[in-house]
Formats: sequence, C-alpha cells, structure tokens
Amino acid sequence: MKSLMACHECDLLQRIPPVSEGRVALCSRCGAVLFRPKRNSLDRTIALNLTGILLYAVAVSFPFLALKTQGFVREAALLTGMKVLYQQGMSGLALVVVLTCILFPLIEMLSLLYILLPLKFGGTLPGAARLFHSVQVLKPWGMMEVFMLGILVSMVKLAKMATIIPGTALWAFVLLIFVLAGSAVSLDSHLVWEKLDRRP
Amino acid sequence: MSPAPLTAREANLIGCRLCHLLIPMPKEPGHCPRCGARLHQRQPNSIARSWALLIAAMILYLPANLLPITISSSLGTSQSDTILSGVLYLLNSGSWAIALVIFVASLFVPLMKMVILVFLLVSVHRRSRWRPKDRTRLYRLTELVGRWSMVDIYVVTIMVALVRLGALANVDAGPGAAYFAAVVILTMFAAESFDPRLIWDRMEDCDE
Repeated sequence: MKSLMACHECDLLQRIPPVSEGRVALCSRCGAVLFRPKRNSLDRTIALNLTGILLYAVAVSFPFLALKTQGFVREAALLTGMKVLYQQGMSGLALVVVLTCILFPLIEMLSLLYILLPLKFGGTLPGAARLFHSVQVLKPWGMMEVFMLGILVSMVKLAKMATIIPGTALWAFVLLIFVLAGSAVSLDSHLVWEKLDRRP
Repeated sequence: MSPAPLTAREANLIGCRLCHLLIPMPKEPGHCPRCGARLHQRQPNSIARSWALLIAAMILYLPANLLPITISSSLGTSQSDTILSGVLYLLNSGSWAIALVIFVASLFVPLMKMVILVFLLVSVHRRSRWRPKDRTRLYRLTELVGRWSMVDIYVVTIMVALVRLGALANVDAGPGAAYFAAVVILTMFAAESFDPRLIWDRMEDCDE
C-alpha cells in the first residue's frame, strides 16, 4: 500500500509513482500538494534550525529598536511590547503575541532538532512521532514573518515623528526570518514520517 | 479517458489527514498508528463547528472595528484610532503604501475570509457540484492568508513598546485590538475546522 495515497483535501485514492527530488506530487483531482521530496532535506533542515536557535537567542536578548526624539531616547527589546500590553491589563493580547512570535517558533525549532538529529544517525528519541505531530499542528500559529511586516510598518509610521535606531536584535531577527523560511522549504515531512514509522 | 475516481472512503480505507498514512478502515474510531492524530473519515461536526466559530468571529468583528485599537496622547491631547481611522490617517499623511498594507491585512482579508467561508459552508449545505476544484482553491487561499491579518496587532505591540516618552508622546493599546486578535484567531480555527473533503463528497454522490 506504500505507493497508494489518499489526498488529504479531496480523499481521492491515487497511485503515486516515485517522485524525484525537487519535483512535486500533486493530487490529480484537486491539485493539492501531496508531497515534495527535497535534496539533502535532513541535513539542510538541521543546519538551518541550529542557525535559527543562535539567531533567536540574539533576537530576544539584545535591544531591538530605539526611538530618539528631542533628546529623549526610548529603547525596546523584542519582549518589551508584550510586557507593556500585560501591564496595561491586556494580558490576553500579550499572551497571543508571546505565543505566536516568541514561544511557538522556539518550540518548533527545538522540536525539529530533537526529531531530526537522531534520524540523521538512524535512531529516534522517545515521543518523536507525537512531537512531530504537534509541530505540524502548531505550524500555522508561528507568525514571526508577520511580525517582521509589523516592524516594517511601525518603522515607516514612526519615521515621521522620530529617529529610529535599529538594534542588534533587529538584524538577528531579519536573518532569522530567512532561516525559518529556508527551514520550512527544506523540510520534507513525508520523508520524516516514513523514517519515524516504527510499525512492524 | 480517465478511470472512475475512487476515494479512500469508498475503498473502505482511511487516510490520516496529518501524516497521510493510508490504512484499512478501523472498526472503531481511533488514532493514527504512525503520528497519533485522531482518525476520521471526515472531520466530526466540521460544518457545525465552522459555523459556530465563524459566527463568533462575525460578532466580534463589530467591536474590533468600532472600538479604538490605539489611544495616542501627545502634549496633553489624546486621540483614539480605530482600524479604519488609522488607515485614513495614513492615507491623508501620504503613507499610501502602509495604508494599503494595513487596509488589505486588517480590513480586506478578514472580511474576504468570512465571506469565502460562508460561501463554502453554504455550498456544502446545498450539495453544490459547482467547480469543486476552484472551491478547494478558495479554501486553500483562506488558510494561507489568514495569519497575515495579525500584522496590525504586532504594529500595536511595537508602538506601545517604543512610543513611551511620558508627556511628549505615548501610545496605549485600545480594547479594539483584543477583539481584532480574537477575530483573526477565530477565523483561523473556523478555516481549520472546515473539511475540504466535504466539497468533493457531493461529486461522488452524483457519480453513483
């Protein structure tokens, strides 16, 4: 039953011929992407996520942006806005921002390393399948790239009233967005599922 | 000449929606042996759940747009901005590119998303056979663009962090922001609850 597959979007059963790397298998009825084998998928995803963790550490710990106007300087880190929202009694909103832009992306990177590093050496750690399941469910809720757009919008908005000084964390954050996008592109979940499959 | 389409359900198989594993239909509902996701021929109560989340989102869409999302004060004068007044302000001050980004992400996308979901739900109710491929494409689009609506929430987060200069200038988040975030989240859940396989089920009913 290996080459037989049901489309997750229209339930059509279809026999999938072997798909070479860089090509994509589409559902013959509705056009959904069934899977997309990648070259060196494991190596690339691991490398990008290791880089991502480092950039992430810089992005959350260094000053992010500073605002300078008429002798006043106001410096903010990535988490400052969430802290202010919380102090103003909007804890729900603060939680949403913390989850989507801080916590979920970190959980995703760490989980992928936990799952993929052992796979590279032919093993699996306990709970890897369960964890990969969660990674895929959480995927749409990590919104760092949307936050990046928010930064650009705010910078243009504020440029009229003050001077904006980009901090170290901002550069790390920009790089992180590219690294995360690269990781999303290089991850071949079909391959991961086949490797994680430990059923007799 | 194409062979008659056969779905997993007709072949008495079940495909895991998450990891795509195909297995014989189990006697009782259970979990995918590979990834642990719940196995369903079709998502249970997909339509009812989508409607509930969607209607909740529609109700919250009103306060999200009527209440201010930011309250800015500068040298003793204070000004409340809703999403729309913020867009108009940006437009009047010449930042049309930013105005366009906010208009598309905060006004156009959530509204389109709700309209598309209502349309898809109604079309499934009416057992429509109209262009299933295009309807699936519409569904994919709503899943893809929904998250970008959060951009305004993040702009507010950054503004309250930076514009905190005492009496000189200060920006606070307004209650509209929380409602707006709820709308985005509810519509994302509503899209997730909708099972696109329902669009295609009607095609098989008619083939028989």
